[in-house]
Amino acid sequence: MKKKFKLLIYFSLLSLFYFTKLLSAEAVDPIKIDWSFKGYTGKFDRASLQRGFQVYKEVCSSCHSMQYLSYRNLGEPGGPEFTESEVKAIAASVEVTDGPDSQGEMFKRPGRPSDKFVNPYPNVQAAAAANGGAYPPDMSVLVKARKGGANYIYSVLMGYEDKPAGVILDDGVYYNKYMVGQKIKMPKVLSDGLVDYSDGTVATEDQMAKDVTTFLSWAAEPELEARHKLGVKVLIYLILLSILVYLSMKKLWSRIDSEI
Amino acid sequence: MSDHEYQPTSKAGKWFNDRLPLLSLVSHLKDYPTPKNLNYWWTFGGILTFCLLTQIITGIVLAMHYVAHADLAFGSVEHIMRDVNYGWLIRYIHSNGASMFFLAVYIHIFRSLFYGSYKSPREIIWIIGILIYLLMMAAAFMGYVLPWGQMSFWGATVITNLFSAIPLVGESITTWLWGAYSVDNPTLNRFFSLHYLIPFLILGLVVLHIWALHVPGNNNPVGIDIQKPSKDTVPFHPYITIKDIFALLVFMIIFAGFVFFAPNVLGHSDNYIPANPMVTPAHIVPEWYLLPFYAILRSVPDKLGGVILMFSAIFILFILPWLDTSKVRSAVFRPIYRQFFWILVLDILVLGYVGAMPAEGIYLVLARVGTIYYFLHFLVILPVVGYLEKTDPLPINISDAVMSGSSNLSIAKKDEKKV
Repeated sequence: MKKKFKLLIYFSLLSLFYFTKLLSAEAVDPIKIDWSFKGYTGKFDRASLQRGFQVYKEVCSSCHSMQYLSYRNLGEPGGPEFTESEVKAIAASVEVTDGPDSQGEMFKRPGRPSDKFVNPYPNVQAAAAANGGAYPPDMSVLVKARKGGANYIYSVLMGYEDKPAGVILDDGVYYNKYMVGQKIKMPKVLSDGLVDYSDGTVATEDQMAKDVTTFLSWAAEPELEARHKLGVKVLIYLILLSILVYLSMKKLWSRIDSEI
Repeated sequence: MSDHEYQPTSKAGKWFNDRLPLLSLVSHLKDYPTPKNLNYWWTFGGILTFCLLTQIITGIVLAMHYVAHADLAFGSVEHIMRDVNYGWLIRYIHSNGASMFFLAVYIHIFRSLFYGSYKSPREIIWIIGILIYLLMMAAAFMGYVLPWGQMSFWGATVITNLFSAIPLVGESITTWLWGAYSVDNPTLNRFFSLHYLIPFLILGLVVLHIWALHVPGNNNPVGIDIQKPSKDTVPFHPYITIKDIFALLVFMIIFAGFVFFAPNVLGHSDNYIPANPMVTPAHIVPEWYLLPFYAILRSVPDKLGGVILMFSAIFILFILPWLDTSKVRSAVFRPIYRQFFWILVLDILVLGYVGAMPAEGIYLVLARVGTIYYFLHFLVILPVVGYLEKTDPLPINISDAVMSGSSNLSIAKKDEKKV
């Protein structure tokens, strides 16, 4: 009876896994990268973050907004950690609409570190209209908003291919192996040598995809390094305390156990 | 209980206690005689109290920074994550805390099912417990709506639309719930209000739950009544408190593991996309702890039928003490029931799994089989097994059962391991 029962459990679990695999076969698994920010003590690669910001600024930011980030974030610990003067220069390089002033007029001024990243379009409709009806999503939390996270973003950037025979694409739609449904309205943007890295790194397509994905991962989780650091401390503390409490408990209960 | 004759030693204490016997209450809680054979499955009551308080405290802080408005809610959550000092920590504790709360409550409920804690004379404890569980589900559902992401919005749409299945007045009720003609800003506002209210209702019920517990006292792994309190029980403090604290610390290690190293693994990535009424996500799924009921809901082709079945699946638990006809509480001494208990656990896990999958093909078949079995367990198996089962002989008292030489329990324990 019990053996049969055990078999039943094994069989049901096995069949469940089998069917899951069968049904999930249609989606292509994203490429797995060994990111530096994975794991219990994972940290961002500072140089990669700075390069990634450059890719974002020179390539992505012409269509994608990042409305929840401020320029000051670029200088904060755990991020790209640009120096104060670099952050000021980055902020000053954009034009921010401010106001109204005392005359009731809106005016333009150079950006300050406290400003939010400036949106490329005045509103969602304008963004969609300029991009063939597809709204380029805000990239602040994009990595957290996609199943597969950083691996998925990287894979989509690298996943542009010639369409297989039989696939019909509308005008302004591109074939991408890793995109859900394999169709994407964003054209392939990265190509070797597209940006000039100031640190001398060769700007291959793969390098840029990795750098910008690292940057986007930080943008989505700017607290990641602080979280990992605190987490390790908390775990050590809790484990030590558990051991102490366990020993105290054993001592206390030995009075009861010895009565029996 | 033995605390009636408690007298504070100090004069001031006596003066106060004569007017409000708070000190007597504390003394009762300290001395509360607890069966000494409780195992670690009994530590989840304390863990759940911790979960509730954690949710209330972190929730109050979050509410200081959160904005309940359809246009601002998503941004205010990002503000908490980025600009509020340790806002990310508070929010991740709160969001993962909900999952940990449910994990603990499920263990707590299944412990009760295994050891028959819901049986006479503890029916009222059980019923209050199920009320708490119901309120928890309501609070969790509304809390999930607050960040106003895609899953928030569409989850709210799916669940509130269930009420439209009610004949004649369904549509009106749904509109009334929404405060609009679809899930919109008024819905978000009232969900926030209710999400803030419900935890305090739960807190009140928890007090009643513990009060009701302290009348008959704890059940225990062998499920027999206490014969001699002096031999069978230990005072709650320090013996149970330290055990509860140890279990709580182990629980907190798991909790911290999620908060610090996988804070979003239990959530759905779509909820980091701002709510958009024009775009429906490919799969609308609730949080993991509601999935078994979601599977039951979707297993019925008829909307009203699904809604009725889903609510029945919860409400059937209220009459559980009267569905189980066996006089023996603990499954340790019920060889047949023990098998069905584990099949029920498996059944609910399967239901949870298919609840996360699209309602088609093999998943739909599994959901239907699982749903039928769920009701079969409570409506047929429990009453019938109670009559037919030949239970193992019970030990005479708890102390006997605790003794390592006791034949009954050691046999039973071996059986338990085999299962």
